[in-house]
Amino acid sequence: MTSETTGSSDSESTPGGKKSSKSAVVRVARYSLLRLVSMMFTVIIGVYLTILIANMGGYVDTIMRNEIRDNITQAIIANPVFRNLTTEAKADLIQTKIETEIDRRGLNKPFVVRSVGYLKNALTLNLGRAIYMKSDQGSKEVRLILLERLPATLLLTGTSYLILFFGSVYIALSLSRKYGSFWDKVIITFSPTSAAPPWFYGIFLILIFAAIFKILPFGGLVNSPSPDNPLDYGLSVLKHLILPASAVIISSMFLSIYNWRTFFLIYSSEDYVEMAKAKGLTARDVESRYILRPTLPTIITNFALLVITLWTGLTITETVFLWPGLGITLFRAIGFYDTPVIVGSTIIYAYLLAITVFLLDFVYALVDPRVKVSSGGGGSK
Amino acid sequence: MTSLKKFFSELIRYPSAILGMSIILFLLGVSVYALTTIPYSEAVRLWRGGEDVWYQNPKYAPPAWFNAFSDKKKPVSFSVKTIDGSLPKTTTPSTDPEISTIDITYAFDYAYDDSPQELMIYFKSDIIEKLSFVSITWITPDERTIRIADMALSNKLTYRFTQDAKLQKRLKVESADVMQALFEDPDSPTQAIQKGEYQLVITGTSFEKAATIDAEFVLHGELYGAAGTDKYRRDLLLPLLYGTPIALAFGLLAALGTSVLTMIIAAAGSWYGGWFDELIQRITEVNLVLPFLAILIMVGTFYSRSLWVMLGVTILLSIFSGSIKTYRSIFMQSKESSYIEAARAYGASSGRIIFSYLIPRMIPLLIPALVSSVPSFVFLEASLALLGLGDPVLPTWGKIFYDAFYDGALYQARYYWILEPAILLMITGFGFAMLGFALDRIFNPRLRDV
Repeated sequence: MTSETTGSSDSESTPGGKKSSKSAVVRVARYSLLRLVSMMFTVIIGVYLTILIANMGGYVDTIMRNEIRDNITQAIIANPVFRNLTTEAKADLIQTKIETEIDRRGLNKPFVVRSVGYLKNALTLNLGRAIYMKSDQGSKEVRLILLERLPATLLLTGTSYLILFFGSVYIALSLSRKYGSFWDKVIITFSPTSAAPPWFYGIFLILIFAAIFKILPFGGLVNSPSPDNPLDYGLSVLKHLILPASAVIISSMFLSIYNWRTFFLIYSSEDYVEMAKAKGLTARDVESRYILRPTLPTIITNFALLVITLWTGLTITETVFLWPGLGITLFRAIGFYDTPVIVGSTIIYAYLLAITVFLLDFVYALVDPRVKVSSGGGGSK
Repeated sequence: MTSLKKFFSELIRYPSAILGMSIILFLLGVSVYALTTIPYSEAVRLWRGGEDVWYQNPKYAPPAWFNAFSDKKKPVSFSVKTIDGSLPKTTTPSTDPEISTIDITYAFDYAYDDSPQELMIYFKSDIIEKLSFVSITWITPDERTIRIADMALSNKLTYRFTQDAKLQKRLKVESADVMQALFEDPDSPTQAIQKGEYQLVITGTSFEKAATIDAEFVLHGELYGAAGTDKYRRDLLLPLLYGTPIALAFGLLAALGTSVLTMIIAAAGSWYGGWFDELIQRITEVNLVLPFLAILIMVGTFYSRSLWVMLGVTILLSIFSGSIKTYRSIFMQSKESSYIEAARAYGASSGRIIFSYLIPRMIPLLIPALVSSVPSFVFLEASLALLGLGDPVLPTWGKIFYDAFYDGALYQARYYWILEPAILLMITGFGFAMLGFALDRIFNPRLRDV
């Protein structure tokens, strides 16, 4: 997914020529189309694989059929209305009911046919209805189930990732100026702490702040019962947000700062930066025009990839903090064998990723004059 | 050989490398110890065992060394039995050859500030028809003798001190206070525990020639062993010890498998080029779309929770990651270099070029990446276990987490239960991360300058 950073000779050979600008448009269009087709292809295969896995290659059907059989048999035997029926009549009734139900769920068609149907629905974002799960409002629409969880996830991942991203870029930039200082060494020393995932720090934070000092809640989204006053509600949510967000931030902070710092240091040893310093430009000017500008594409890529990971949520961190987000919903859906919810959340991620990667190529061309569109894909620098 | 020596002399200049290596060596030592002292089948049997295996242990007991940090000394559990000689037993034959007297006396020092939860004696007697007879006496440090019980003994009998109504009557206390009554100082106004040597005297009489009496004396205190126990009375030392080789095996195999396979695939792709390379690129992009954790959870829920299946799926999903692109772009460069051309000129096969010329040049990049990726896989095992997808039979660190977390160990202040696996996970993670960090700086000198 790297962009083509070849300064290919033919696109530079005839500057300003009318013919070349036209061919450039054609090239850009052809390139975009190729990228679009390849991204679409990727998404289709990725989603189809997920559908296959989420149905255990069709085994989930057997589970569902058995369950339909059990439920209907139970319901008819327990129902006093049918008590007077003969055994044969009951068996017939059960059989017809089971067949209707199987037919209704579309289980009578072979799995391959249905999986293509699932794929078509998924690709057209027709997410369908969940098999078992319900939203808090009682709806079985996958779209509503996911939408209901989205704000909680966005609140947690959004707050923590944005603080993490901008915080570490900012700190890294100022550290790269004072390379070798005390704080620089502290960051280097602590960067191995990022080997542990957020939930791990989460458990420590719960232990310290919730269990021992009892100043912050163990988990959840708001106090129970939830406050009526919107202001109190917001404050309660904020209070619940502190620990999970800190867990996420702490777990990647040091490594993130370290990586950015190294990255900025490599760029600040370039000749043109030395030149700018020699010219007597202020540190701020050197930073913004000679260090940040050429690193902008990388910063943007990282930011864009970060934005799409917001969607997936943090399954385990949400589980540990009982945070009612998308991650925990996906985990629950898998436990229920609820294929539509699993596929629904995957397809949205796949689309977001594909769109972001596709758009990034254009953003590169906008912010980095060195990037030129080359004809034909595949090649790398 | 000399280059290896040079490498090590450079490595030990990094304190983080030394610390990292000592941690890894320590963990390897623990693994070897665990694997040699507890065979695999025994570990699984103990871990899956219920009350029948772990009856001697109290539930939820913190480790015994807690006493060292507390003014109030809590009783530490122990158990002794006649079968292995830890509970001394003497058999005296009488004039009648059918009858013999069995004396079991156990003296122990009790220097704690609390009474124990429970005292139990498990009797076993291999009689055929005539019941044996036992009487139990309790001697306190101030030489008071308390008669506990007298009873007939069939093949098996469990005697619990607090459950004996006659003893409660004799001591004039409720069931919950039996222990206090046995251990308290009668002269103390504050009902303090009398410290000193207590004696348990069991006198048994067997009325059959071949029969003898065996007993196991168990004291359920508040603390237990080096690591404490969990909700199912299991000694946590077992999963802590045995989890070490499993965590190392999982982490190392996953890291090795992933990085070596990634490297080989990237090398082959860039060497052969064409559709093969294109295919690898497309697979990498598809893999980026697949939700990694969700697929692992699905495999765990639908197919198998075996650690080794999980390992395989983890490797499979991690091969086609972003690093394949990094490696590929470096291979594309080195593919054009003159020594490769020379190899081609003398007619080296593709396999030879890939494995003998392309890949060895990447070792400096491979090794730090490999070492640094171990912690994430070790933590992955714990993460999966926390989601309830841990291996169903193996005792692992993650399983302790799972049990502790879902039993509310954090809410009920049973911190040792969570902290023990956490600290082990943490030192494992940091050990590998620190070594990887130092290796990265040695192999990639460019990092050292900045």
